[in-house]
Amino acid sequence: MTSLPTAEERSGKKLGLVIDLDTCVGCHACAVSCKEWNTQGYSAPLTDVDAYGSDPLGAWLNRIHTYEVATVDDMPNRTVHFPRSCLHCEEPACVTVCPTGASYKRAEDGIVLVNPDTCIGCKLCSWACPYGAREYDPSHGVMKKCTLCVDRIYNEHLEPEARQPACVLACPAGARHYGDLGDPDSAVSKLVAQRDGYDLLPQSGYKPVNKYLPPRPRRTGVEDGAAAEPKVLEPIAKGDGSLSDRFFAWADQVLTR
Amino acid sequence: MHPAYSVILFTTASGAGYGLLALLGLGAALDVEFPQTYWFPLVALGLALGLITVGLLSSTFHLGHPERAWRAFSQWRSSWLSREGVAAVATYIPAGLFGLMWLGDWDGTMTWQSLGVLSAIGAAVTVWCTGMIYGSLTTIRQWNHPLVTPVYMVLAVSTGASLFCPLMAAFGAVQPWHIVMAAGAMGGAILMKCVYWWSIDREPRVLTIEAATGLGRRGVVRQLEAPHTQENFVQREMGYSIGRKHAKKLRAVCLVGGFGLATSLQALALLAQGPLQTGLLAASIAPAAVGVIVERWLFFAQAQHVVTLFYGKHFA
Ligand code: SF4
Ligand code: SF4
Ligand code: SF4
Repeated sequence: MTSLPTAEERSGKKLGLVIDLDTCVGCHACAVSCKEWNTQGYSAPLTDVDAYGSDPLGAWLNRIHTYEVATVDDMPNRTVHFPRSCLHCEEPACVTVCPTGASYKRAEDGIVLVNPDTCIGCKLCSWACPYGAREYDPSHGVMKKCTLCVDRIYNEHLEPEARQPACVLACPAGARHYGDLGDPDSAVSKLVAQRDGYDLLPQSGYKPVNKYLPPRPRRTGVEDGAAAEPKVLEPIAKGDGSLSDRFFAWADQVLTR
Repeated sequence: MHPAYSVILFTTASGAGYGLLALLGLGAALDVEFPQTYWFPLVALGLALGLITVGLLSSTFHLGHPERAWRAFSQWRSSWLSREGVAAVATYIPAGLFGLMWLGDWDGTMTWQSLGVLSAIGAAVTVWCTGMIYGSLTTIRQWNHPLVTPVYMVLAVSTGASLFCPLMAAFGAVQPWHIVMAAGAMGGAILMKCVYWWSIDREPRVLTIEAATGLGRRGVVRQLEAPHTQENFVQREMGYSIGRKHAKKLRAVCLVGGFGLATSLQALALLAQGPLQTGLLAASIAPAAVGVIVERWLFFAQAQHVVTLFYGKHFA
């Protein structure tokens, strides 16, 4: 059913991701692990056409942009890596435009999914998404999108600590956080409040659930009371010039040759 | 937006077909004197339903799973695309009965006239739904415009009328007011298109890459690296854009070489008689077709999707 769940039907749970633009290092590990998990999971297969050729084409559910921000202060420009996947919006027209009922928003946790068995591949939902989160899979003939790893987060076959989205587990910088954004006391909600998390394109009216944490202002070091000069470390031990000391220095040199 | 030929063919062919169907249906209700031969309903209704059917079939070409197309009739509560499908199929019922009664010599009866009106209503609702598929998308500024759906309607009527008049003329039954109506509808389309283009060119482009990424508070943003080396689906489908100069030329082709020429030929036909009149009316079909196809192509090519901001465009 592509009508959205009503306010009464919704559980109040809003599962989603919080993405930290300050710590993301742009390594694309989340995108790769997303592809790896989902090519065997709910959205399977996620085959690329001409994968090793000159013009590869295929659906990825998570993509990492890199932007340069020309800063207004006199600090140098900065690079911001920007992961972008489905935001599991609260009022998504990608769902209501779907003619078949293949696209739907779950009342119990707010996840937006596409049923690959009923999707006709008309692509209208991708036109309705402002965030470019839906990608047509040319090899499967249906629309693909982030599933919030619905087949991991509730998966009893996985260890409890592994019941998280693949991208969150893969991120080496801890830049992706998963949780219930409908619960003001959840860790993710607190993080959003503390770090001034924001919505992408709030003008869209789609009310994204996923939030982005802005890059922190640059630190010059001066305002911390510390000198701007680099600190020189104290040597751990100093030689005293004794015979044994010189012997060990000689042995060290010989052995490291 | 990428101008897919199957969608252009679908919307223009079925638009003209629904326009012609509506004119035949309304003509029946208004006691228009149709030619007294089986050939007329056979040719005219056959052409209308043929165009509609070719259009509907071509719209399934771009589906990933055409064999599942029947599922698209289920979500009429929320989806304009689903409503369009339902309306399109439902219109075949009164239109088919209308044609059968006409062939079976029951034309002129109340039932026949009511079926004509129902066919016209079905045609209007279907074209309205087609327009709303585009008009309701808030992600594309040039589509989410109050004139988009009315333009779809008036172009359906005017292209339908450009077929109706030469058909009537070929059977010797065309009246001057038929031609005036066709030329008037085409003139209305020209006017509305001019206002529409003027308006979308003027509208302030409020959305920026800074607003989309939320990084504006730190300064001016530009894309340094795309997420991948090759264009992906989103860029191929939604990143299509044409230069302003090129668009200007095509607008001129559409208005002058297309709709303008068609209206002029129709106006000339008003002054002519007999085979010359029929010839002029028939000749107006080609420029009308060129006009509506260029118009539809531009409708896609000039539409900029907001997602292009994430892929490096500065304004949307
Ligand atoms: S991000 Fe796009 S695909 Fe995901 S829910 Fe929102 S509108 Fe739909
Ligand atoms: S592509 Fe599939 S999910 Fe998207 S609108 Fe069409 S049928 Fe629905
Ligand atoms: S939640 Fe899962 S499907 Fe969504 S981006 Fe992360 S890994 Fe991909």
